Amino acid sequence: MSTHPSRDDAPVLEVTDLSVEYHGEHRTVRAVDRVSFTIGRGEIFGLAGESGCGKSTAANAVMRLLREPAAITGGTIRFQGRDVLALDAEELRTLRWREVAMVFQSAMSSLNPVMTVGDQIVDIFTTHERLRKSVARERAAELLELVRIDPGRLRSYPHQLSGGMRQRVVIAMAVALRPQLLIMDEPTTALDVVVQQEIMAQIAELQRSLGFSVLFITHDMSLMIELSHRMAVMYAGRFVETAPARDLFAHPRHPYTRALINAFPPLSGPNTPLVGLREGVRFTDIPDLREEAPGHWVAPVPVGTVIDGGRA
Amino acid sequence: MSTAAPATSTRTDPPAAPDAVISLRGLSVDFPVGGLFSRTVVRALRSVDLDVERREIMALVGESGSGKSTIARCIARLEKPTAGQILVDGVDVLRSEPRRASRAYRRKVQMIFQDPFGSLNPAHRVHQFLERAARLHGRATGAEQMRELVEELMATVDLPAEMLESRAFELSGGQRQRVSIARALAVGPEVILADEPTSMLDVSVRIGVLNLMRRLRDERGISMLFITHDLASARYVADRTTVMFAGELVESGASMALMARPAHPYTQLLLSAVPDPSRAGSYDPAERARLRAAVLEADSCPFDGDPGPTCSRTEPVRHDVGPAADRHWVRCHLYRPAADVASRALAVDTVDPTDPAAR
Repeated sequence: MSTHPSRDDAPVLEVTDLSVEYHGEHRTVRAVDRVSFTIGRGEIFGLAGESGCGKSTAANAVMRLLREPAAITGGTIRFQGRDVLALDAEELRTLRWREVAMVFQSAMSSLNPVMTVGDQIVDIFTTHERLRKSVARERAAELLELVRIDPGRLRSYPHQLSGGMRQRVVIAMAVALRPQLLIMDEPTTALDVVVQQEIMAQIAELQRSLGFSVLFITHDMSLMIELSHRMAVMYAGRFVETAPARDLFAHPRHPYTRALINAFPPLSGPNTPLVGLREGVRFTDIPDLREEAPGHWVAPVPVGTVIDGGRA
Repeated sequence: MSTAAPATSTRTDPPAAPDAVISLRGLSVDFPVGGLFSRTVVRALRSVDLDVERREIMALVGESGSGKSTIARCIARLEKPTAGQILVDGVDVLRSEPRRASRAYRRKVQMIFQDPFGSLNPAHRVHQFLERAARLHGRATGAEQMRELVEELMATVDLPAEMLESRAFELSGGQRQRVSIARALAVGPEVILADEPTSMLDVSVRIGVLNLMRRLRDERGISMLFITHDLASARYVADRTTVMFAGELVESGASMALMARPAHPYTQLLLSAVPDPSRAGSYDPAERARLRAAVLEADSCPFDGDPGPTCSRTEPVRHDVGPAADRHWVRCHLYRPAADVASRALAVDTVDPTDPAAR
């Protein structure tokens, strides 16, 4: 799964010093704090972190989906070299479906419950590609076949499908217009492990055949390491570590990264006690990343910080 | 859907294991479906025999809908079984206290839920949760003794004593789950039923809660039934693991042995699907299809001809596997669970992956 993408061409996505703030009546929270990353062509980039760390906010910022009270307060986002923050409404519309597509956790809320799956897919083609209905129907059938669903299912309503099938339909719709970047925010969190694995294998296969780039968000480190080429770990709006996924798994350098990996005990080998983060530990004033090994960037941890806890 | 008579009427139940705190015998639960006058039922549990022993953590793993939470809810007396026995210290509590659980029972068996946000009133202070539980079960007399008890409970679950004055809404998910555990401990239980206690917690604090569970077993001798969908957590904390599929038990044994040498195709299927960076890219559609078929329509059993029980297509016969110390058994591969229930649980939602054109 980890054939490395070619590095010779320019990145598809370039995020530099991005900051996002939520403005409340009494205080302002910086949800994303001076975050920088790039995603190469055909690269799967993982963004790991716990709920509230800012990973979904960062992804929404890339699509410019943030609404009041959240606002981008600093930094730049470049997609294929263009400044995303300078796009007008029409350009944004094109960006969102045609160039960047998004898959969320809950397939049920991404699908219209009172429309058949077929009608929803046909809508994409008639609206964005101005295809005739009959042609759009053919394309819809091909699309379902692409994600291994019987085209007969075009006549089904979302509630008639299993959870896994619904998520496959959503993925099919996301890649319908052949976007260059697919953003997936916890795409399999609501699914059982057997279905999850099949969906992830499907995504990896689609990615290989269609060649798009992926921004993959999850809290599940094992899943992320399996799928991603490169990944970053986010904590309280900051990146604490970024490296090739295998390297990060084999040699995690930041204590928070170690705690996240330890949260998923191994299924083979000796049953050694693991420690997580001590209840209530907070990292504050996280410094900028430093390159500690080739391609492996880490935020230095102040000497004397007490981190590990939860007596084993 | 099933119209079969409760299996308990046609067989003799094995006696309760001598060292068991809780023994389930032939436990079945039917849920009515359809309209008011409909007589169709969904069999959520079918004739479950399970023992949780003293000082042991027994993990019950399976996918959503497998019936694992229904077992916990039956033991906690939140659900009324259609048939079967729940033996606690050898007494069938469904007979001795048929309508609802006695206070003595609730003192013995405590439950921790998945959602620490839903199980604690957000406006109440931590000491109130602990004191109420302790007082109700007569665990402390006088203010001094009570103060000692709650402080000791906080130390046990690794929370600072100052937090006794905090209100629940001020705590993180991990801290709340620790308070739920302290509240369960406040009544001095023998058994804790933990239904997915870590699945809603932030990942970085999950392992801490699992470590706490291990400590409660080792230091206080508390038994636990640990319900989880996560095989890795089960392997990490549980002495034994039991696998459920479509309302029935499929395989059980010492956790390490069971995960190292899964004997049932369903267990193999579950284990092969857990993300594991050390064997990335291992997904094999053909192997997957073979395992599914082996679960749903097996035609042979590798234990056929065993000196033990004879294979059966209709009775869930158990074959012993491996050294006796592992207490590892697997349901006969030949056994075919009710087709509709099983195939719903193992829905194949893609076109046949063995079809070469679809690869």
